[in-house]
Amino acid sequence: MTYVGMPTPRETPQETMAKIAGTAAKMKVVIVGGGVSGLSAGWWLARSGAEVTVLDKGIVGWEASGRNGGGASHYQSPLFEEEQRMWPHMDALLGYPTEHQQERLVIAVSPKQLNQYHYLAKMNNDMGYRVDLLSGDQVRAMVPLAGDNCLGGMHYRFGGHANPQRSVQAYAWALQDLGGRIVQHSPVTGFETEGGKVVAVHATSGRYECDAVVVAAGPQIQALMAKLGVEVPLAAARAEMIVTEPAPMMPIGGVDGNGLYGRQTLRGNLAYGGGPHEWLETLQAGPPARPSSPLTRNLARRVAELFPKAAHLNVIRSWAGIVENTPDGRPIIDRMGDPENVTVITMSGVGFGLSPASGHAVRDLVVDGQCSFTDIAKLSLSRFDGIGADWREQRGWQPAKPDIAA
Amino acid sequence: MHANNGTDPHAIGTKLPAPEARYDMVVVGAGPAGLAAAIAGAGEGKSVLLIDENPVPGAAMGNDVPLLFGGRMTTGTQNAERMLETVFMSEPQLEAAMEAGVEVLLGTSAWGVYRNGPGITGLPENVVALADKDRGWIVGYGELVLATGARDLAIGFPGWNQPGVMGAAALERLLAHYEAFAGKRVLIVGSHDLALNTALLAREKGVDVAGLVEVRSAPQGDAALAEAVRAAQIPFYLDDAPAEAIGGIDGVERVRLRSGAVIDVDTVVLAIGLVPSIELIDAMGGKRVLDGARGGYIPGDNAGVTCVGDCAGLADTGFDHVEYRMEWAGELGKLSAPDTIVCQCEEVTRADLLGVQPPRYLERPAPMAARSLDTLIQDGPPNPDQIKRLTRAGMGVCQGRRCRDQVAMMLAMAANGPFGSVPLATHRAPVRPLPLRILADWEESEEMRAGWDVWFGIPTQWVPYRDIDTPREREHQTAIAEGWSL
Repeated sequence: MTYVGMPTPRETPQETMAKIAGTAAKMKVVIVGGGVSGLSAGWWLARSGAEVTVLDKGIVGWEASGRNGGGASHYQSPLFEEEQRMWPHMDALLGYPTEHQQERLVIAVSPKQLNQYHYLAKMNNDMGYRVDLLSGDQVRAMVPLAGDNCLGGMHYRFGGHANPQRSVQAYAWALQDLGGRIVQHSPVTGFETEGGKVVAVHATSGRYECDAVVVAAGPQIQALMAKLGVEVPLAAARAEMIVTEPAPMMPIGGVDGNGLYGRQTLRGNLAYGGGPHEWLETLQAGPPARPSSPLTRNLARRVAELFPKAAHLNVIRSWAGIVENTPDGRPIIDRMGDPENVTVITMSGVGFGLSPASGHAVRDLVVDGQCSFTDIAKLSLSRFDGIGADWREQRGWQPAKPDIAA
Repeated sequence: MHANNGTDPHAIGTKLPAPEARYDMVVVGAGPAGLAAAIAGAGEGKSVLLIDENPVPGAAMGNDVPLLFGGRMTTGTQNAERMLETVFMSEPQLEAAMEAGVEVLLGTSAWGVYRNGPGITGLPENVVALADKDRGWIVGYGELVLATGARDLAIGFPGWNQPGVMGAAALERLLAHYEAFAGKRVLIVGSHDLALNTALLAREKGVDVAGLVEVRSAPQGDAALAEAVRAAQIPFYLDDAPAEAIGGIDGVERVRLRSGAVIDVDTVVLAIGLVPSIELIDAMGGKRVLDGARGGYIPGDNAGVTCVGDCAGLADTGFDHVEYRMEWAGELGKLSAPDTIVCQCEEVTRADLLGVQPPRYLERPAPMAARSLDTLIQDGPPNPDQIKRLTRAGMGVCQGRRCRDQVAMMLAMAANGPFGSVPLATHRAPVRPLPLRILADWEESEEMRAGWDVWFGIPTQWVPYRDIDTPREREHQTAIAEGWSL
């Protein structure tokens, strides 16, 4: 269960699990946020023996974690090799299905797209991650729904995708099976500090004593960390997806391109997103609504161009999710200096696929103070020290009409 | 780092198009209530667009959209020209509306309403999204009147998932508007006004009515209607319920009742109740409230939108529709088996729904098999959309029309709560299944094409970690950003 396109992993996930067992025994950890990053961190910590409590304002995975494209092929990340090592084993480790599937194809219907994919293929091959270039005919042989308009593509000999809501629920259930607690409908209202540490987290459901805290609350991280005097620059935005009725199964379901991300689900549905986003206020209470827009039509067009042989299929749903971005679009995975037992994680809109690895990194920061398997120094919060209060305006990331968005 | 020039070329900005046309009033649904509203609007000098999805495309009818046709339409429904003429002739007021200056579009569905509000500000104005058999488009409106009617309430029982089990509204549509009912002899489930009227209509149209089955001990509807049914020699099977629909390759051939009676029919008509069609209101984020006397969930107070006719709620006759349908759901549930299908599109059984189990193409390791609605409830009130995504019930091409309401009833009963204690799964646009090629905007603006990106268009996001803060970073950013626009 490894990839031909990846370096041989240093150890099996099962060996890693054996190594961490008991390393956090009796440690009380409160995770703020039951999205995929928080739940994976909680699961890794519970695997290490910690007593984990996850607090969520609603239900697990209800925001972007449960409604994204499900991709898991993030070669830009320092967590990439860990992502690739863990995913093929996650069903067995969690005990619940995630629908993880291996490998991806990205196909082009314009010369510009083909050029970009060729660049990305070379970039990956230079890093030691194998990507094969495909001609249009090769794509048509591998992707039955592709059409005569396809100019070529690339085949990632790594990566893949999974079902977001099912995977989030799998983490949550696996965490419970290890003795962890999930407290839903319980927004966090404040932190109790003592001697440079958070000693308890206050939520609408009660007070939770802790030895360590992980703040993994997506866009709400900003307001929560402000309560601890820590500025985390985040901008919330809305992104949209559509899904069709089932199509005949393709040999590799992880096919995208043409400005889209997404996948064919194991049921056969084509689920795709992409296109312009809408910047929103970053609200402490979370999003008041997650509306989709007529962008549905532009997405439908691109899916029909990507898969001309599926153009007759019915679109049966559209939806939107609210994600947060950091000023450079890269994650923040960092343990704070003050309070020193608080670890922050935001994956800046690219958290689902990397979750098996990000949870490991957070586990390492909480238990050992540093990441054991890769360098994540460039993901520290301090890179934004001194960023101006107008950083959103500088980037054009402010809400168009704040009065309505709020 | 980022260009920091104060603009984000990949944000929605002004990329969403202005509507193709704009009307003082758009009316969705050309039944009596919609027609009256449109004619009145035109009389006040307003520009009025009246749309109606009838005749519905044959492919949609095959998916039980928008009504539970149960595969009992004739091949005549495949003839679009004939259907258009039949629909037009079936409603004399359509001509009156056109004479009053109303622009009328038949065979046109409204699949979404989009308004600026919480979470969305990028629309040039409030719009309703339309589609016909050739294309999709959007129109602006001053006033929006929804007259979308009511749709069939389906409750499953053994054998209901075969051709020949249909809804009362679908039968009325086929008999009175399409002249295209393929059945010969029907058994009607229920005995309230809907069921009684259905029996009388069927009889009037020359269909053999084998009887009405009622779970309660007396006919439930208006006494005069019940008397008219009796006078027509149509029998009531009281204190009874369909235990199984038995059929062959063409669907239903007979029905076995709980009492043991076996009735030869080719069609079972579910006439337990109708559900106000709140899809558009719900999908646009509008308010909905539960009112048992008016058919279940009905629109709440929604500024700028007027609901008229059955979609605003059935006429209140003092009868509690929700209590009645819950009694039916309880009884049909008892007559069902664990493997009785609830969601036909996704083939989800009762046992799998209540067990919160994944679809059959996935493995069920021991921890998964041990999970159930009960373990989910321990974590808090069950959320129907969460259960939908885990079990796939309601995720199919009929968009949950056949199972949304019965899933809500089953979950409420399993959670020992009243109907509404587990809310209805939400509706999402498009509220009609529409082909990609129809929905697609083939004439999108250059601004949309040039500003398109896969995911936020932040070049720094995709630079390989090892190259961050190195000379290679700029090269990657440039190369990656260049490929985003199409």
